Amino acid sequence: MSEFLAMGGYGFYVWSSYAAMAVVIGLEIRSVRSRRKTIVEEARLTVPEATTSLFPRGHA
Amino acid sequence: MASINWFKYASPVTFFPLAGRLIPWFAWMAAILAAIGLYVGLVVAPTDFQQGDAYRIIFIHVPTAWLSMFLYVVMAIWSALALGFNTRVSAMMAQAIAPTGALMTFIALWTGAFWGRPTWGTYWAWDARMTSELILLFLYLGVIALRNAIDDPRRADRACGVLSLVGVVNVPIIYFSVKWWNTLHQGSSISMTAAPKMAAIMVSGMLIMSFAAWFYSIAVVLARVRTIMIDRERGAAWVGNLAEVKNA
Repeated sequence: MSEFLAMGGYGFYVWSSYAAMAVVIGLEIRSVRSRRKTIVEEARLTVPEATTSLFPRGHA
Repeated sequence: MASINWFKYASPVTFFPLAGRLIPWFAWMAAILAAIGLYVGLVVAPTDFQQGDAYRIIFIHVPTAWLSMFLYVVMAIWSALALGFNTRVSAMMAQAIAPTGALMTFIALWTGAFWGRPTWGTYWAWDARMTSELILLFLYLGVIALRNAIDDPRRADRACGVLSLVGVVNVPIIYFSVKWWNTLHQGSSISMTAAPKMAAIMVSGMLIMSFAAWFYSIAVVLARVRTIMIDRERGAAWVGNLAEVKNA
């Protein structure tokens, strides 16, 4: 296992690359999720009347 | 195929649920391919006789570098469609691609630096390939910044569309830079016209990781475009009727 992590002496370079990829993907997924949460919350506060009063489901 | 009316999906109302159904498939494909690709790249593929294990950076460097260029072209095509047909979904897709493109470019540059240090003795050189890839990162960041600077989203679409289309000339420059100039960066490892210069197992690891990166990008761009759609269409009846908005 430690031989695998050492990567023939290039461990620092190899794992710095793979770690960066993992971190970036993790941050991107987290940012899309949190943005979505904010936007859904804002959308909910923007349009409650338009959907409930004028055209109830099944009528429009 | 011919009977499908593609313009049907040019409206967020129809594109939104379609994207939602596609995301899990692309995300799972990406996860499975990444697991196989990492196993092939880090465990199965043998140590390179010249570069030792440092070459294993290739399994993320090449896929992200390819994607950085390809995503830019796709973003420019969506921008052209948005400018030409004035379709909302096209502009939103272009908007959704930019951050992922920027991240792929960043990873390509970062992994390139960590590969360059042990093999060339330097993290960075101002050679044509690296400089043009850095310009690509600035183009992506420029498109994102330009959008944030303009309040009206339709005006932002047009401005970002024009910038994306102008910047697309940089992509062939990146691709052919290793041929046109004498660069520190090596030539292409894979070519359409000649046999690969690498062992077959290394090539397959690289291709599997490329597909994984592709599927990941599609999944995350579709997830982002759905958020953009809710954001930009809020107030529209279809957004109000979405289950997640209604029952939040």
